[in-house]
Amino acid sequence: MQLARVIGTVVATVKNDSLAGRKLLVVQTLDRNLESIGKPMVAVDAIGAGVGELVFWCRGKEASFPFKREDTPTDCTIIGIVDSEQHVQR
Amino acid sequence: MILARGIGNVVGTQKSRRYGDARVMWCQQITAEGEETGYSTLALDSVDAGVGDTVLIVQEGWSASTAATGEAGAAIDSAIVGVVDRIDLL
Repeated sequence: MQLARVIGTVVATVKNDSLAGRKLLVVQTLDRNLESIGKPMVAVDAIGAGVGELVFWCRGKEASFPFKREDTPTDCTIIGIVDSEQHVQR
Repeated sequence: MILARGIGNVVGTQKSRRYGDARVMWCQQITAEGEETGYSTLALDSVDAGVGDTVLIVQEGWSASTAATGEAGAAIDSAIVGVVDRIDLL
């Protein structure tokens, strides 16, 4: 799981049936100083996140667990929203 | 999921039977701004994507296999699960 900033949205009308109705967001992973690190990824939203929010995401097969796990193909899912930057305590 | 552009189809008559009728596409990763990165990959298509389309690729075996062939267990680590209409960035 990693901290990330939601920096955009993706619209895809044609998609795998199991992804119907799911929100796709562009997430930029952050380092320990909350600076961008690595390339942005597209994540499926499981929690109601929006653009600009600080979130954390989960990767791998486990990323499909928040949904009906038999049929949602995702390798990157937003599973939490950080209340604010002040709530990342160092 | 990563963003990519379909750059070609790959025809392999001899391939794992578990692939079924799924088509193998050659895809070039792109950034959210549309610039090509140095990474390309083969992915099984589950949404009838075409060459030139911007696509979403899941890179996790279980999700890729269920999306592209309908069942888990095929030797697949990448599947196209969506065709991108639009990306809106912050």
